[in-house]
Amino acid sequence: MSAPAERSVSVNGVPCRIWEKGQGSPVFYLAGIAGLPRWTPFLDRLAERHRVVVPSIPGFPGAAGHDRLDQPLDWVAAVLDLLEGAGLAGGDLIGASVGGTLAAEAAAMAPGLVRRLMLIAPFGLYDKASPPADPWAQKPGTLPALLSARPETYAAFVAPPEGSDVGEWSIAATRAGEAAARLLWPLGDTRLERRLHRIRCPTLILWGAEDKVLRPSYAERFAAGIAGKSTLRLIPDAGHLADLDAPGAAAEAVFEALD
Amino acid sequence: MKLMWFHLMPYTRLPEDFRERHNSVWVDLDRRLFDPAFAHQLYNEFMDELEYAAALGFDAICVNEHHSNGYGLMPSPNLIAAALARRTSEAAICVLGNSLALYNPPTRVAEEMAMIDCISGGRLIAGFPVGTPMDTCYAYGQNPSQLRARYLEAHDLVLEAWTRSETFAFNGRFNQQRYVNIWPQPLQRPHPPIWIPGGGSVETWQWCAARDYVYCYLSYFGYKAGRETMMGFWREMERLGKDRNPYRAGFLQFVGVAESREEAMRLYKEPAEYFYGRCLHVDPRYANPPGYNSEATQRAKITSQVSLAAQRSATMTGGATWDEILAKGFVIIGSPDEVAEQLRTVATDLNVGHLMLLLQFGNMSRDLAGYNSRLFAERVLPQLRGLFDDAWQDRWWPTPLPKAARAVPQPVDAREAAE
Repeated sequence: MSAPAERSVSVNGVPCRIWEKGQGSPVFYLAGIAGLPRWTPFLDRLAERHRVVVPSIPGFPGAAGHDRLDQPLDWVAAVLDLLEGAGLAGGDLIGASVGGTLAAEAAAMAPGLVRRLMLIAPFGLYDKASPPADPWAQKPGTLPALLSARPETYAAFVAPPEGSDVGEWSIAATRAGEAAARLLWPLGDTRLERRLHRIRCPTLILWGAEDKVLRPSYAERFAAGIAGKSTLRLIPDAGHLADLDAPGAAAEAVFEALD
Repeated sequence: MKLMWFHLMPYTRLPEDFRERHNSVWVDLDRRLFDPAFAHQLYNEFMDELEYAAALGFDAICVNEHHSNGYGLMPSPNLIAAALARRTSEAAICVLGNSLALYNPPTRVAEEMAMIDCISGGRLIAGFPVGTPMDTCYAYGQNPSQLRARYLEAHDLVLEAWTRSETFAFNGRFNQQRYVNIWPQPLQRPHPPIWIPGGGSVETWQWCAARDYVYCYLSYFGYKAGRETMMGFWREMERLGKDRNPYRAGFLQFVGVAESREEAMRLYKEPAEYFYGRCLHVDPRYANPPGYNSEATQRAKITSQVSLAAQRSATMTGGATWDEILAKGFVIIGSPDEVAEQLRTVATDLNVGHLMLLLQFGNMSRDLAGYNSRLFAERVLPQLRGLFDDAWQDRWWPTPLPKAARAVPQPVDAREAAE
């Protein structure tokens, strides 16, 4: 994997990292619950055919400023600033997990901004019969198996690179957890469901068949609420972070939706 | 030196195999273990004990706040404090909760504490902890990333509500209230003394120094473990140019007194093992919500004591052993003279003028708590009372109405009015 190019855009006066790689029609990606401590094989697959643009959401690796976002509206405005600043203007947008929530909010609140939307297991809805699992109340060592069907892949994804400052790496990882919690704690209904009808663009909904955080039944509720033509795809042998667990299958599904 | 009698109000019937059969004493504690009819007895016994401590001459009686917790049956310490205000007359009433961020609007805290201050004739000490992760983020669903900012803002609102002379609007980041004007207002002016129970974060120490508040370290692990924290506190005070007035600080200590050390060993082993075994069985899942600890605290590698308890729970099959409890000074036991000598060492070594004593702990019976308290009051307390007072003044103690001006609870005689 070659390294992505890096620039930044300012959101509320705080710089947010933008990674970019590949050629072709642009596709934007908002990352999941841990953010992107490093580039991933899924993004590399996309970069084989597209210019992949990856803005970091405030508080996630590469971007600070989550501590000034108090209300959902603050978050939506920040993400719109981020996406517009990164150059999304009527382009294609993928959002995974936490990033999926904000991608869906952005598409609902600024319908002209997104041409085609791809959501990978976003948070935001609440099913009383199957509430989200709580990633912030896990016994030490159990989080990887909750988030991923391949815990060792997840562990490697978040592990500090050799020679890095382990203490600061761990603080950045905690900060990502905090940012996600700041937006979603305590994982109740964010009212996104009431805004789904404003998503009028074609939408692909991807879900890991083995998602233990948000059961795949949530996928159908997203599909039912979205006004645009929605396609639902379950990815076998993948957990909540489906694009990390099954980069090939996830990328193929995206290519089908885009090409 | 102030000697204060503290009650946690533990549920005393957690089963013997609690650690093996149950997940946690906190947050998702098994509801089936709670017997309301037994709790009726327990609350009344505990309040008897607090009233008895006041009658014995302890300087204060202390209550605190916990939620969904098997060793702390006071989700609302204000309810207990109000009842104590009626049934005691001299002791200060130290409420070492309210966790400010949990109340919406926090004005409620200003009101209730003002009520307690009025009812008690100005005997209230107002404690404002942030609250543990278990209490605030899990049991009460507060956002860990906003908890401290909400706490600080709520503090400002309460202080304004207590001290401003007109109706005012509060336009905060989290709390907006167009009309704030509490009735009643606190009796103590400008407001009751404010004490801050906290872990070992430098930010908390600096805040206490800037505001001139008492910092309390409520350690379950005795003075040996607490020493490092208190040394850090005093170093920070020195750096900030504050004096070493021991009344800037409070410290909690478990104590068991008997006629002899052997007798104390026999009497206090079971309740101590109950507390350190069953009551501190905390699921580590609930110890570290992201954002609860500031990044500065993470960098300083400060670990909270609930987090320590949770780590111990996760790594140990049994609770702390009696040997460990004694060796590490979690509980100080002995004859009155031995206890007095040890507590004198604790107070002078840690430089704390407010010593909060847990003389009821674990499943200790009312009779034994009474015995422990009486022996302490009669034979330990007199040996310690004068400590520090030749050199320092306690500027953080309540200033009640003069005795002659204070109401005395009395039954209504309906005939009198007609005569």
